[in-house]
Amino acid sequence: MTDPADFTLVEAAAALRAGQQTSVALTEAVLTRASLTEAAVHAYLTIDRSGALAAAEAADRRISSGRAVGPLDGLPIALKDNMMTRGLETTASSKILAGYIPPYDGTVVARLREAGAVFVGKTNLDEFAMGSSTENSAFGPTRNPWNLDTVPGGSSGGSAAAVAAGSALAGLGSDTGGSIRQPAALCGLVGMKPTYGLVSRYGLIAFASSLDQIGPLTHTVEDAAILYEAIAGHDPLDATSFPGPAPSGTVRLGAGVSGLRVGIVNELSGQGIDDEVMAAFRTTVERLAAAGAEIVELSLPSTATALSAYYLIAPAECSANLARFDGVRYGLRIDGGTVDEMMSRTRADGFGPEVIRRILLGTYALSAGYYDAFYGQAQRVRTLIIQEFAAAYEQVDVLVSPTAPAPAFELGAKTQDPLSMYMQDICTIPSNLSGHPAMSVPVGLSTTGLPIGFQVMAPALGETVMFQVAAAIEELSDDIGRPVLEVVAS
Amino acid sequence: MPIEIDIAHVARLARIELSDQQLADYRAQLGVILDHAARVQELPTDGVAPTSHPLDMVNAFRDDVVSPSLDRDEVLSQAPDAINGFFRVPPSLDNE
Repeated sequence: MTDPADFTLVEAAAALRAGQQTSVALTEAVLTRASLTEAAVHAYLTIDRSGALAAAEAADRRISSGRAVGPLDGLPIALKDNMMTRGLETTASSKILAGYIPPYDGTVVARLREAGAVFVGKTNLDEFAMGSSTENSAFGPTRNPWNLDTVPGGSSGGSAAAVAAGSALAGLGSDTGGSIRQPAALCGLVGMKPTYGLVSRYGLIAFASSLDQIGPLTHTVEDAAILYEAIAGHDPLDATSFPGPAPSGTVRLGAGVSGLRVGIVNELSGQGIDDEVMAAFRTTVERLAAAGAEIVELSLPSTATALSAYYLIAPAECSANLARFDGVRYGLRIDGGTVDEMMSRTRADGFGPEVIRRILLGTYALSAGYYDAFYGQAQRVRTLIIQEFAAAYEQVDVLVSPTAPAPAFELGAKTQDPLSMYMQDICTIPSNLSGHPAMSVPVGLSTTGLPIGFQVMAPALGETVMFQVAAAIEELSDDIGRPVLEVVAS
Repeated sequence: MPIEIDIAHVARLARIELSDQQLADYRAQLGVILDHAARVQELPTDGVAPTSHPLDMVNAFRDDVVSPSLDRDEVLSQAPDAINGFFRVPPSLDNE
């Protein structure tokens, strides 16, 4: 019999409805799993055992009296620790916010609470979501449950590792340059970034506001679609929130790909990509063709410059957003004789090296004399990328590429060379710049037993067809199974 | 042309107090990253408008209704130093 900690959301919800499981039992199952794996994996910064069990008991009362509030009622879920949870410590993995207790819930947190979800705890991330390995955490790295010597990817590596290990049935991450999709690829999960504006950013600790989007990390495409639908929708508290209805994630699941046009982006599917990742990519494309999809090769030349544009736009926005951490209203304060001295010392002590690097980079790119050559030019390149994507989507329904250039790498392999770490996101960054939805689906294992992801990209508000294609890929691919967990005594 | 970075000035603008060694290290790292980032200058962009919001959205209005704000005491409980309902900070000017 399957351990309930390994259930999908759909399986768990069915077991609850059938009376075979209780929310308390599901929650106990993932808490037990966490107690066995956390000493080695370190997916969580905070586990809220008492809060989770109280929420599970409340869910069981609703369910047993026939008042369940929807498909997520009673299901244990992990939250990335850059999402505000009222009364529960929220740090963004930064020393500058250690001990911070938010006075409000972020919108996605509030929506999931109303949907009956049980929050297991807050997961580790690269500090302020800046990184691709979850090694840049002030509270220590997370390890990949598939191989503890390797990273889970990042920055949502804690949520990805928690779900892969069975310490939560699903998780939320945030994606600024690939921070949901790349860890999903490295941990053998489905990870999805919605169209910019579909999911509220209110209560998400901001990194780069024009790029950040919250999305699901799950075992299956259907689970991702259900979780996406629960968090998407207009929010007056976020001025960039899309005012129209959010597209359905579930309505075309199982409809297949016959007659759909699938575009291969040449610039994202060759140079710099590992051989095994390319082989898995080609196999998947062949399977899509055999299932009736029309395959088209396309060139999007501006995407070759996307990484450069991103490393101007994201640091510029981060340097402005992180100005709020100044030792005045919350978090760390290091004393100084003047307010300027206090702020400068607080920030030097509270931020880790990658965050300081990006704040300095962004401050430089926005400073007098360099603004137009760097930031202004990057924003114009962004326009070119959007125009090229728009032209491509006149020819095809979805675009595809590998998600990450290689399977999970070893801890420490890229920490001394920022640029090599940034290269992790070459295939994912274009969709953040364009604001379009994109997701990763697991399509196989490397010869060393590490997961490989496949990326599906769709036009703005094209979630329905994106989930449709992703579900077909899941159906056509060999099941990679679950990691063999090493239990380390804590 | 090597990119010119007055790193001490940038760190001052960013309000981050760094040692001379740290400044030198960050200047070297920023140089490498900016060399790569400067590739944006290779694309012709005459007449191309800059993008700040990827969807075609202009302004967001909400109904002008009063709603409760965050609880003041709960907010102030997170401040490093607060007094009489205010945040307290060191003087912003030298005493001299």
